[in-house]
Amino acid sequence: MRLSGFNITSLTLGFAFLYLPMVILVVYSFNESRLVTVWTGFSTKWYGELLNNQAFLDAAWVTFKVAVFSSTLATVLGTLAAYALVRGGRFLGRTLFSGMIYAPLVMPEVITGLSLLLLFIGIGLERGVLTIVLAHTTFSMCYVSVVVSSRLVAFDRSLEEAALDLGCSPWGAFRLVTLPIIAPAVISGWLLAFTLSLDDLVIASFTTGPSATTLPIKIFSAVRLGVSPEINALSTLMIAIVTLGVIVASLLSKRNFVHQQQRNTVD
Amino acid sequence: MLQTVFAPWDDPTAKPLIRFSNVTKQFGDFTAVRNLTLDIYEHEFFALLGPSGCGKTTMMRMLAGFEDPSSGQIELAGQDIVPVPPNKRAVNMMFQSYALFPHLNVWDNIAFGLRRAAMPKDALRARVEEMLKLTRLERFARRKPHQISGGQRQRVALARSLAKAPRLLLLDEPMGALDKKLRQDTQFELMDIQEKTGTTFVIVTHDQEEAMTVASRVAVMDEGELIQVATPSAIYEAPNCVYVADFIGDVNIIEGAVHPCGPTCYKLHWAEGFAPLVASSEQPFATAQKVFLAIRPEKMHISAEPPAGAENTIQGRVHDIAYLGNISTYHVEVAGGRILKAQAANTRRIENRGFTWDDQVWLSWAANAGVLLEA
Repeated sequence: MRLSGFNITSLTLGFAFLYLPMVILVVYSFNESRLVTVWTGFSTKWYGELLNNQAFLDAAWVTFKVAVFSSTLATVLGTLAAYALVRGGRFLGRTLFSGMIYAPLVMPEVITGLSLLLLFIGIGLERGVLTIVLAHTTFSMCYVSVVVSSRLVAFDRSLEEAALDLGCSPWGAFRLVTLPIIAPAVISGWLLAFTLSLDDLVIASFTTGPSATTLPIKIFSAVRLGVSPEINALSTLMIAIVTLGVIVASLLSKRNFVHQQQRNTVD
Repeated sequence: MLQTVFAPWDDPTAKPLIRFSNVTKQFGDFTAVRNLTLDIYEHEFFALLGPSGCGKTTMMRMLAGFEDPSSGQIELAGQDIVPVPPNKRAVNMMFQSYALFPHLNVWDNIAFGLRRAAMPKDALRARVEEMLKLTRLERFARRKPHQISGGQRQRVALARSLAKAPRLLLLDEPMGALDKKLRQDTQFELMDIQEKTGTTFVIVTHDQEEAMTVASRVAVMDEGELIQVATPSAIYEAPNCVYVADFIGDVNIIEGAVHPCGPTCYKLHWAEGFAPLVASSEQPFATAQKVFLAIRPEKMHISAEPPAGAENTIQGRVHDIAYLGNISTYHVEVAGGRILKAQAANTRRIENRGFTWDDQVWLSWAANAGVLLEA
């Protein structure tokens, strides 16, 4: 397809709108000056500073722990939920369940955060890493469930029946046949949950305690005292990690899709 | 020397391998299988034949254990198998979609069931090699299912389902995805394999030619009921109702009223002002009873001159000719605008044919060529 002048203009405007703020942030993270808005020369010193800032490193470590645990938990729960909803047949309240599992997708984060906070206070759970992990799991498992169930819907049911027929228990059929085939969807669900947890500010700030500060919270509170080039550098790194996660996730699901297409065409 | 014919269904002392007793299966309001009773014997190649929705696949899925009957009993070798889950049954199934595991290669697909049975390594390898050899797949052992052709995939599916040496092998439309030529070759291959392994095969198909080719007995089903269970030749030569006669192959149905003319002889009044047709029947009919005469097109003789000495003759006009190369089917218009089909081998070159469109012809057949069926 040839691009007309109109198309090029609208494309440029659209992408500028989306990415100009981030480009500015990335560019200024390499600024030598301490003043964020004045360019004095190229330097990577702020990245060096960042590595010496113990508070940021601690926050990064907390964020990473939270992201790994919550995305893993969300993947297990989300996959099982997707399996039950797609494979469970018509059980009582199935429509209600499948609607409810997607509700957190549209629920305002403030409300999710607030209700979780009330719950944790109610059951007397001390707020910290554990509560953030639980909170992140609740909202990211529905994303995993969406990704995995779209794969399961396209899955040939007779493969599982064949596994049963050849002597597998239902759990064996899931482990040996279903899981390896839907693995790309499960992994991309995990990556999605990981990146969601990584950049969440609202829910984390509701459910965190003094012992656990995640990077977004740290950045947010630091920015209130003024934007520093250090923050720019840190944000650039986060953009890089999130972008990588999203790209890998979409590549995985695309590869999975192409494989399926190949299989369909040879059949 | 007396040759023993394989016909355990005629032997009252033979024990069936599978016994359906009054099996009914309902899905909500829909009755897929209705109070069905059927015996299938060891070493049989049994075909369940019928249009889609007739309950044949449900029968098979009940044998495999994927569906439970709503009522009735299913026995395998004398044991009630209804409470046994599919993974504990000595029954294997070849799926219509083949259901090959896409993440495993051919070798591992075939070994899958054996591994679940915890077979020792050496025995397992030997068994897989044996199956590969049986299905001529040695060269493709390391390929993934999407790297081989449709026919090869079909053979992998067969090898995988045979690997555990089941008492009973179920085949769900096994040749549905193959083109016609390959299907015919595969049918003979399947019969060879069935003979070599001695396994009891139950095949589900909607293709009557396929059922006739491979099966020792065919069960014709319709709307959840067995209409007729018999050998292919009995089904073809002696269908027990118009449905079966019409479903299997091509048939002319002539309606009329019968009048007995001997112990097994009947005269059929089929059209006002025409001589009655003579037909023999072992089954008794009352005088003036309404019946159908079913007669196969190839059993009708077509000629340009009035045939001498034929028991039944009808004059007509050639309405249409379907030329199939080796044979031609003539559509002949007879009294009252009725169309009868007659088939003749094209033994002469086409330009030497004695009659063509709109020619006057005579159809003739013997009294025992057709079957009288209750209306």
